[in-house]
Amino acid sequence: MNSVERLVHMANQIATNLATDDAPVSAVADHIQQFWDPRMKKMIFAHGTAGLSPVAAAAISLLADAQNGA
Amino acid sequence: MTYQPQNDFGTPESRSDETVSLTIDGRNVTVPAGTSVMRAAAEQGTSIPKLCATDSVKSFGSCRLCLVEIDGRRGTPASCTTPVEPGMVVRTQTPHLAKLRKGVMELYISDHPLDCLTCAANGDCELQDQAGAVGLRDVRYDVQATHLGQEKDHSNPYFDFDPSKCIACSRCIRACDEVQGTLALTMEGRGWDSKISAGLASDNFLESECVSCGACVQACPTATLVEKKVVEVGTPERSVVTTCAYCGVGCTFRAEMRGEQLVRMVPYKDGKANRGHSCVKGRFAWGYAQHQERILKPMIRKSISDPWREVEWDEAFAYTASELKRISAKYGRNALGGITSSRCTNEETFLVQKLIRAGFGNNNVDTCARVCHSPTGYGLKTTFGTSAGTQDFDSVEDTDVILIIGANPTDGHPVFASRMKRRLRGQDGRPGAKLIVIDPRRTDIVRSPHIEAQHHLPLRPGTNVAVLTAMAHVIVTEGLADEAFIRERCDWDEYSHWAEFVSQARNSPENLQPVTLVDAEELRAAARLYATGGNGAIYYGLGVTEHSQGSSTVMAIANLAMATGNIGRRGVGVNPLRGQNNVQGACDMGSFPHELAGYRHISDGNTRKLFEDDWGVTLDPEPGLRIPNMLDAAVDGVFKALYCQGEDILQSDPNTAHVSAGLAAMECVIVHDLFLNETANYAHIFLPGSTFLEKNGTFTNAERRIQPVRKVMTPMNGLEDWEVTQRLAQAMGLDWNYTHPSEIMDEIARLTPTFAGVSFERLDEAGSLQWPVTADAPDGSPIMHVDGFVRGKGKFVVTDYVPTDEKTGPRFPLLLTTGRILSQYNVGAQTRRTENVAWHPEDLLEIHPVDAEDRGVKSGDWVKLASRAGETTLRATVTDRVAPGVVYTTFHHAVTQANVVTTDFSDWATNCPEYKVTAVQISASNGPTEWQEEYEALAARSRRVETGIAAE
Repeated sequence: MNSVERLVHMANQIATNLATDDAPVSAVADHIQQFWDPRMKKMIFAHGTAGLSPVAAAAISLLADAQNGA
Repeated sequence: MTYQPQNDFGTPESRSDETVSLTIDGRNVTVPAGTSVMRAAAEQGTSIPKLCATDSVKSFGSCRLCLVEIDGRRGTPASCTTPVEPGMVVRTQTPHLAKLRKGVMELYISDHPLDCLTCAANGDCELQDQAGAVGLRDVRYDVQATHLGQEKDHSNPYFDFDPSKCIACSRCIRACDEVQGTLALTMEGRGWDSKISAGLASDNFLESECVSCGACVQACPTATLVEKKVVEVGTPERSVVTTCAYCGVGCTFRAEMRGEQLVRMVPYKDGKANRGHSCVKGRFAWGYAQHQERILKPMIRKSISDPWREVEWDEAFAYTASELKRISAKYGRNALGGITSSRCTNEETFLVQKLIRAGFGNNNVDTCARVCHSPTGYGLKTTFGTSAGTQDFDSVEDTDVILIIGANPTDGHPVFASRMKRRLRGQDGRPGAKLIVIDPRRTDIVRSPHIEAQHHLPLRPGTNVAVLTAMAHVIVTEGLADEAFIRERCDWDEYSHWAEFVSQARNSPENLQPVTLVDAEELRAAARLYATGGNGAIYYGLGVTEHSQGSSTVMAIANLAMATGNIGRRGVGVNPLRGQNNVQGACDMGSFPHELAGYRHISDGNTRKLFEDDWGVTLDPEPGLRIPNMLDAAVDGVFKALYCQGEDILQSDPNTAHVSAGLAAMECVIVHDLFLNETANYAHIFLPGSTFLEKNGTFTNAERRIQPVRKVMTPMNGLEDWEVTQRLAQAMGLDWNYTHPSEIMDEIARLTPTFAGVSFERLDEAGSLQWPVTADAPDGSPIMHVDGFVRGKGKFVVTDYVPTDEKTGPRFPLLLTTGRILSQYNVGAQTRRTENVAWHPEDLLEIHPVDAEDRGVKSGDWVKLASRAGETTLRATVTDRVAPGVVYTTFHHAVTQANVVTTDFSDWATNCPEYKVTAVQISASNGPTEWQEEYEALAARSRRVETGIAAE
């Protein structure tokens, strides 16, 4: 696994484990916001949603939008 | 202060709340009911002669030396076995008693060698003392038969056994039984033939079941069992109370010294974590501190292919600072980072993270807890509100059901295991606690003398969450949940949501049995016992955290404790058993990249401002890199410099090939350690470290107990570790001027609410303090969440079982799980440099007889252990301790490098590596793997030190 693949794997893993949360998308986004360093976030924003589960993809989009001030 | 052994009160303390007043030698004394006359006398400063009594074990009444006269009683009862009574009038010194005692001593001495002047115990021998105390001047017996002249047993590397000096008091046997709980010793023969035996008559101490905890040596009143070091150098002349630097139990010891030479480490009876007990590591395995391989001069080199060059400290600091500044200027400040050590003190750890946040200008700081208990931090903070265990160790005395999951306390936390075992055996008519063990291996505590687990659930590695959810299913669906507790203490809606989830048929033990391989009926019985057996306490270790669902498992444990009301009082709780001495402290000190000291997130502006104002810097509000992220970033070419204090990531972290690739990609790896460890093979700068004997500071153990570490000798390398970090910070331009670690603790206390009341002065007064230490709890907090959870309401979290991505298949059909062994510690950097190698000279692979037979493997055969990540070779030991399909090894030896085979998979929440589940194949082998050969060559190359340059 290269670094991006690992980030995709990690995001999916977080999404799977937070799937039973009341609001999984924001829970995943919050987790990544709290624990990933800025470069890791930038890398996955740049990577896009390929390979991400729907919840992980939505969370990444949510974070990316927030980052971009959307 | 001249040397004094600790007071021996003769018999154990009574815990009774009632008191009794009596008169001893004309003086009134008031003691708890149940106290012996001997102890009552000792407490008022009267020393009754004794030989078979010592306060670590129950009274025995065999030596007949402690006889006293009591008004209204016939004869001369033994004071050790006579409990005090109200109004009792006792005389300890009368002519009649003197005559009796002298007669007894005369008999003892008639069969004891009279070589006092050349005896190792000369000056520290109770027999000698008592002969003096009773005024023995002559031995009238012309003894024909004696037990003298027997062969000594020198087999144990740390102590000798001289049966000729034995007075058959059986203190050693009772210490082994009652204190250690191994029951290795016995008395063989009768009369003159009486002899202490370690197991069978054919066994010597080393080959016996003796675990070399030292309790027998401590209990021995003569030189029968004596430390080899005392034989070698003589008795100590002073002592300093300090804290052990091995596991997270945090035993208090007296370092007994001659000048600056350590003679022995003696467990301190007033130590609140160990209560006078010790294990083979803390008691004896400190020889690494003076080992010839210790590096005492700083060293630098341009490239890792160059030999090392010794330099003076000034040059080392100037060069290190210039390299860090160069890299920061060239690649940006985020290219730098560091790792704090769970083996160093709180003060040292705090300084390293401060250097990184305030000096490097980023939050790229992490600690070795990343690879052990980071899921504990996450899981317990989420559910309870505090990233720490809930109890003190004493709490186990009130536990009725002990549930151990993913921990092997007799090997990993031996001193606490002895206390557990004492509770499990029962005492003084009180039945023992019940025991549930959830572990893929049949660990020693499952079945040991007088202990047998009611339920051992040998689950398939990686299915902890499924097992705990199935237990929750039983508790909820069978109506065993403590709803009153939950309504009062927890969020009821969250509980309902969780209860609904666990009640689903898919979470039943029967449905999950094919996944967990745990018998459903056995699991149901275990769940019922935990829920209904009285005070239930859960103890867990790295078998919980080091999984892809490590954090989920911690939360599942917390759910179980809350659902059964097992939180907030003595005897219950959730207790992570911490691996290294200061894992708790390293986490508390803000070593994680996302939080400052006291577990406050770096994004919290108020907390950040507190630190910014104190430190005079601006802090980055974004979390930094965790260790695995640092290595990824290094491989990507953007992370270039690492300051690694007291951790050997190359050996301890998973997937060695990836770790070495990361390290090799960096331009400046600074290793600050005692030895040229494996990570140092990739280092450019080596800063020599100091041992726990050479510095002041504090460690925080698994109970949240902050304990003083006291300097007993001058650092051989010249500087304490906090001084090294400070000098480096100064070289980088930071205005740090600490003159003593106490000033660092004052800063920690100023900035961390849970440490508000901590200072070196308070620690000296109290001995130790368990955080939180606040205005509300100035003496600390032995038990947490007493009147409610720290976070407010306890939070139930749904933990759905997610199988790991590490799958077995035709190529890798077995599951490897890794762990540790009693005599070795972590990567073995310390214990491999002691005589402990006598017990564990190499890592062995445990394999079930069926799997071994399929592969034609016998015990002692070399086998290749291969996974998708890599392969290594080691020798096999065939045992049914592991289940079919499971293999196990330790990671103590660099030549094996078990982590060559472990993978990059990690806990979803914290990136804690999944050490405990690796799909592997075992095959016959005829030699080291290519990796091992290449690595050995690399290690030899990279440990070359240029000679010819004057060091002094």
